[in-house]
Amino acid sequence: MTTHTNLPDVNTLIEQLAQQLKQHIQNQNLNNIALVGIHSGGVWVAERLHSLLEQEEALGTLDISFYRDDYTRVGLNPSVKPSSLPFATEGRHIVLVDDVIMSGRTIRAAMNELFDYGRPDSVTLVTLLSLPGRELPIQPDITGQTLTLAPGERVKLTGPDNLSLELQTAQ
Amino acid sequence: MKSMTDIPRPATSPRSAAALSADPRNVQLTEDGKLRHFLTIGGLPKEVLEEILDTADSFVNMGEKSVKKVPLLRGKTVVNLFFENSTRTRSTFELAAQRLSADVLSLDINTSATTKGETLMDTLQNLEAMGSDMFIVRHADSGAQHFIASQVTPNVAIINAGDGRHAHPTQAMLDMYTIRKHKGDFSKLKVAIVGDILHSRVARSQVQALNTLGAEEVRLIGPKTLLPDTLAGLGAKLYTRMEDGLKDVDVVIMLRLQKERMDGALLPSEGEFYRLYGLTEEKLNYARPDAIVMHPGPINRGVEIESAVADGPQSLILNQVSYGIAIRMAVMSMSVSGQTQQKVQNQENAASQGNDGETSA
Repeated sequence: MTTHTNLPDVNTLIEQLAQQLKQHIQNQNLNNIALVGIHSGGVWVAERLHSLLEQEEALGTLDISFYRDDYTRVGLNPSVKPSSLPFATEGRHIVLVDDVIMSGRTIRAAMNELFDYGRPDSVTLVTLLSLPGRELPIQPDITGQTLTLAPGERVKLTGPDNLSLELQTAQ
Repeated sequence: MKSMTDIPRPATSPRSAAALSADPRNVQLTEDGKLRHFLTIGGLPKEVLEEILDTADSFVNMGEKSVKKVPLLRGKTVVNLFFENSTRTRSTFELAAQRLSADVLSLDINTSATTKGETLMDTLQNLEAMGSDMFIVRHADSGAQHFIASQVTPNVAIINAGDGRHAHPTQAMLDMYTIRKHKGDFSKLKVAIVGDILHSRVARSQVQALNTLGAEEVRLIGPKTLLPDTLAGLGAKLYTRMEDGLKDVDVVIMLRLQKERMDGALLPSEGEFYRLYGLTEEKLNYARPDAIVMHPGPINRGVEIESAVADGPQSLILNQVSYGIAIRMAVMSMSVSGQTQQKVQNQENAASQGNDGETSA
């Protein structure tokens, strides 16, 4: 018997994330943070956070295609986009943003790429959603909502305008 | 599909990726139309060429990184097999492979076993036995790389760094990248290639690439002795006068006089060549004022190009060098990716055939 998962409203979640992030920055004394989003869903969420936090500095974006751990099995992703970090990561407090964390491999790849640009002072992980199924010991510092999906269900963030969460069931 | 203008085009019309890879002559593509060897522009569909350009976009800003590498080819062995002298092309391929985190081996064939009489096939098999994943080959014989690609062990990618007078596809692609980056949409561009067209494998690859990518017009300019009529069949207009050929072009590509390949007295003198076909500021005025100037290098100042032009504001000659590394990284990573996908596909095919055998009892 499958239960339909109720998906949260994205805009409410992001506002919640922004509040939690502001609090976290204060608590941890992180001055002059730099926001970095992971393509594509993470970039959309990061763009919203960027304006809600009134960040002056430009947003960084990462495409992790070249750092994936399944390249030797699967090959190159056809729609690779250039990564863009318009600031030096050396000595900065980075806030890394993604839409969903599940196995944790995307975040591992993103951190490897980030460190190839320069050594940050810290990395804080913010995800809109957290799903069970970790294959690596990586957890978000701040997450909007932890969801458990029914077997065969997947969740996807659609955008870039009118961000919303969509449930997909594999038949 | 865009309608063609009345410029004479070759018989090849754009074919679908599926049709091309099903063609047994097209050893370059997997069943799904992905690149797995990079031997020649001919036979590659527009989508593959555009994918190469798009992938290179991601590699062009490596200079900004503190660790100028991506781990794509980590643990892979890339062998540079250069049977013809080249410091420049070989070094950019070496650098490209290193930036992909590969282990690079450069074989200087002049001092190697081939001088002791070893055949090409034996050299190849010996290197394969060392576990090489990719060969980057430059050879004086046209077609050598195709031979290698057809004989090599499965899952080893072959990249053509220039074969005889036939092709130099990575040079053509970096030139296309330069044009796209600085001039945009190919369908609005007139491109002129000037100089020793006869001996130039670069020119042949460039003409093929420009036509596949849909350039408005491709012109070849040179003295009659270096510009055989048969070249019109490649899909270009031929000119023997710079003044006519350069009129209103958006891109001027100058080629080097390939003296080392000239057998007969094809030119009266270098001075005469420079007077008629050298790109001076005066001749550049025939082109559009915003035209870009390119040259694959090495340049011969005062033979095919004036210093003022080579060093001038319209020249992209040095940009071409950095784009060359990005393009080679793109081609190498796409080929390894294609080989990997082909391997997986073969395994799946073998597995399903095995299953069919069992269930058909």
